[in-house]
Amino acid sequence: MRAALFVTCVTDALYPRTGIAVVRLLERLGVGVDFPAAQSCCGQPQYNTGYRYETEPLMRRTARAFAGHEYVVTPSGSCAAMIREHYPRIGRKAAAEGRGSELAEAAAALAPRVYELTEFLVDVLGVTDVGAYFPHTVTYHPSCHGLRGLGLGDRPRRLLAAVKGLDLVELPGAEECCGFGGTFAVKNPDVSTAMGTDKITAAAGTGAQVLCGADNSCLAHLGGLLRRADSPLRTLHLAEILAATEEEPLT
Amino acid sequence: MTGTYLGMPAFPAFPAAAREAVRDEALRANLRHATHTIRDKRARAVAELADWDRLRAAGKAVKDHTLRHLDRYLLQLEAAVTAAGGTVHWAADADEANRIVTELVRATGEREVVKVKSMATQEIGLNEALEAAGIAAYETDLAELIVQLGHDRPSHILVPAIHRNRAEIRDIFRAEMAGWGRPAPEPLGDDPRELAEAARLHLREKFLRAKVAVSGANFMVAETGTMVVLESEGNGRMCLTLPETLISVVGIEKVVPTFRDLEIFLQTLPRSSTAERMNPYTTMWTGLGPSRGADGDGPTAFHLVLLDNGRTDTLADETGRQALRCIRCSACLNVCPVYERAGGHAYGSVYPGPIGAILSPQLRGTGSAIDASLPYASTLCGACYEVCPVAIDIPEVLVHLRERIAQGGPVTRAGVRVTLRPADGHTAERAAMRAARLLLDHPGALRAGERLLARARRLAPRRLPGAGRAWTDSRELPTVAAQSFRDWWARERSDPR
Repeated sequence: MRAALFVTCVTDALYPRTGIAVVRLLERLGVGVDFPAAQSCCGQPQYNTGYRYETEPLMRRTARAFAGHEYVVTPSGSCAAMIREHYPRIGRKAAAEGRGSELAEAAAALAPRVYELTEFLVDVLGVTDVGAYFPHTVTYHPSCHGLRGLGLGDRPRRLLAAVKGLDLVELPGAEECCGFGGTFAVKNPDVSTAMGTDKITAAAGTGAQVLCGADNSCLAHLGGLLRRADSPLRTLHLAEILAATEEEPLT
Repeated sequence: MTGTYLGMPAFPAFPAAAREAVRDEALRANLRHATHTIRDKRARAVAELADWDRLRAAGKAVKDHTLRHLDRYLLQLEAAVTAAGGTVHWAADADEANRIVTELVRATGEREVVKVKSMATQEIGLNEALEAAGIAAYETDLAELIVQLGHDRPSHILVPAIHRNRAEIRDIFRAEMAGWGRPAPEPLGDDPRELAEAARLHLREKFLRAKVAVSGANFMVAETGTMVVLESEGNGRMCLTLPETLISVVGIEKVVPTFRDLEIFLQTLPRSSTAERMNPYTTMWTGLGPSRGADGDGPTAFHLVLLDNGRTDTLADETGRQALRCIRCSACLNVCPVYERAGGHAYGSVYPGPIGAILSPQLRGTGSAIDASLPYASTLCGACYEVCPVAIDIPEVLVHLRERIAQGGPVTRAGVRVTLRPADGHTAERAAMRAARLLLDHPGALRAGERLLARARRLAPRRLPGAGRAWTDSRELPTVAAQSFRDWWARERSDPR
């Protein structure tokens, strides 16, 4: 089986380790990975801030970049939700504005082939034990787009629970938003910081060493708050934990 | 694009208003406790019903159908109310509604009215309009009474005084009740029972004296002309039955086609709002009824004021119109992490929280600073959509309104289709979005940019100027990696370039 990696712009520029982890993980599970170089950003920051027309070229680019791939895997619940939920909506709006059906067709062709990483592992590959080893105490924050947008349910936590050596502790108020929200983090910095502070306080209270998530943008916000607070708690993307093995531990 | 009054004076934009609330530790603690308690209870009450999803879908369908044929159902309602002995008045905006009510009260010769909690009259600022005409309006819902006596503004749809604690309420009662009627008993403690008794004595005097009452309605039934009010205290029922003249001011979106439709909402509204299986006081009345006057029960005159105030303009918007499905349960407020920190006053309207963030900028237009900031007062986390008993996709409407603010677009104001220009103050953001799009749409340039960033990563400042300051004031920036994923892949997996 082959899958194309949609690495996302945030992971590409700021968290390449997550992208590398996804490649290693999928290859370990026997999946050949392609990385179409023409890919870029899904357009979520533009769309969610109100710039739908600025989103359209990025949507077109994304659809073209992954045109030939049966499975498109991404380590971001919010980017997957953007493509699955909002691309069709953008397509419908363009058609309603009399600009043809091209975008709607592009959305319809791409959306069903896009999988968030944990969906791909659990639903397509049918695995929950990916042979990972990570001897640390971990708590998991399910980001909103994964939780409510995609309905990931307990998939991420099942994957984590199967990791050898990993002690998974419950995060109180896990389903509550961390306060990132894309441009919300800079448009409403006080409320954003208050929400994030409550989240890291809850995470630190679990006694965990690692706050794990499946969306690097939320982790950038929470990690930024933790480092400003000089907290020993560190953030890690789920993929990096799942990629770690006894032979190749996470450093 | 301003004009529609929503019961609040000029207000600062949301981020500034929220900043004050976030710093108020006591307020945050009060809100957190109250919203978490009620959200947990709601979840349990909803989980009891196996057919909740079907009720939710049915409520959405009834509301959508009614809105699509609103003209027909409103005319049917008018005919039914008239046939039952009531009088129907149509008000296009707040001024017209206030004028109608003021004249109706004047015609009775009375100088005071009692009121049962009504968001529509808060929305139009009726109390202030009556006061200007020399008529005193007394709120009789306990929380509304606290807000009124405290010269305050409501901060929640269902619990308007959610921001006040018991000690504050006692102080308000002791200082203010005497100026409005029966003084507070002395001594007065802050025990809920004592406070409720003080309010009961104060209000009883008003109920027994009042000749005119003003109410809202949760629902209006088109086929029968029946008005429906749901409340928890019984004070509303006193207002609806004791006075001789009853004036109900109701938004036109509150109509439902048939009596049978109520079975849906009488299940979903109480469970969503107060987490009760059944509402404590549900009062229904139809015009004056055949025996009114004969047994002396109920008002001898009934007036229904149907309020538009931006609603038909909202109805003209295909995406935004779903906000008119709202049954004012406040479940979205109680589950919203932004409301929990910012408090209700920051939303600058009688409609706070997620529903307020989509309703106010539609009813009032997006011309003011507060209205242009409300669609951004959300992280789009989706918790509000999940709990909404009529399935209003609030995040979808928020993004839709953000587009109206950032990019402009068609909108209906006072029945006229106009094209809005992008709102002021978004020039820098628009330029940044375009620049980002250009970069992201050219992977070669993106890769070069990433390399530049990686090379300069040691120079990364701890605090950024301009818009970036909003991030670095409280958070560290992510550290830039030595090489992007794109570069790693090119080196490791494909031909080096």
